[in-house]
Amino acid sequence: MRQLLLIALCIFSLGSSYAKDAAPLADDPLTEQRLISISEEMRCLVCQNESLAGSRSDLANDLRREIRILIKEGKSDDQIRTFMVERYGDFVLYRPPVKPITWLLWIGPFVILLIGISGLLTYLRRRDRNVPSLNLTDEDNRRIDALLNDGGKDNKGVQ
Amino acid sequence: MKAKFLIPLMLFVVLVGFLAVGLNRDPHEVPSPLINKQAPAFELPQLAEANKSFSPASMKGQVWIMNVWASWCVACREEHPVLVELAKSQIAPVIGLDYKDNREDALVMLAKQGNPYLLSAFDANGRVGIDYGVYGVPETYVIDKAGIIRFKHIGPLTMELLNQKIFPLVSELKKS
Repeated sequence: MRQLLLIALCIFSLGSSYAKDAAPLADDPLTEQRLISISEEMRCLVCQNESLAGSRSDLANDLRREIRILIKEGKSDDQIRTFMVERYGDFVLYRPPVKPITWLLWIGPFVILLIGISGLLTYLRRRDRNVPSLNLTDEDNRRIDALLNDGGKDNKGVQ
Repeated sequence: MKAKFLIPLMLFVVLVGFLAVGLNRDPHEVPSPLINKQAPAFELPQLAEANKSFSPASMKGQVWIMNVWASWCVACREEHPVLVELAKSQIAPVIGLDYKDNREDALVMLAKQGNPYLLSAFDANGRVGIDYGVYGVPETYVIDKAGIIRFKHIGPLTMELLNQKIFPLVSELKKS
């Protein structure tokens, strides 16, 4: 009885997963491909952490419809991008254009990296200078060898 | 020598400063590229009288306010009393853009809550909304005599905003 129920459950769940096959998006796969490549680079303004390609919000649906129309009108990718920027600002682009107001955004991380590297270098150089250079005598070398060779056996005694 | 130990602390304070400013800003308030640009032209049927149409060109020569709203939008209901106040002040005509709405529902809402609009244009598929960069209803635009968008507010209007921003702006625009 239990097994029968399980089998029935399996069949039913299979049925529902088949029933929800993705609906075909457009009659023309080329348009759809271009739509995806353009809208993946754009932010959905309603749910700002999603791309326009992935968002299920109403506005994203409308905008995808609009982009489809523009593609069918033979507009270039750049023209479509301009269409969106004219209405929603640079904010829709995941890659904002390089211009004075976005310089900090583009160059900032590298500036901070440079500051970090130069800080590290000055620190290392200063530390180098602070290590006194020693001239080892033969006696010293012998002791070092002895300690190194002895290492594994008698650590505690050496310390 | 001691000052050196303060450097990480100072960096931390700067970081906290940036984060504090960032946290207190509303990420939904995206600056509109339409400010100081010509309001996009359109021609739409009116909400109440579907056989009549409305076009922004007919508002040339006066300062006016366009409010994007919908009956399905909860925040619009919240701001509605403020719009009624705005209309009462008669400082400027308020035109509604009924965005992706159902005609009957919209008319019922206006009948229930009062109609602050001189008229509403009926944007059934949201195409005009896209031209105005609408992404979250309600949105409000102040448009000057030459048809240039001077101010845009995203989200519900408040009495404070009316008094501090919109009234002064409209009276200034009216003078020019």
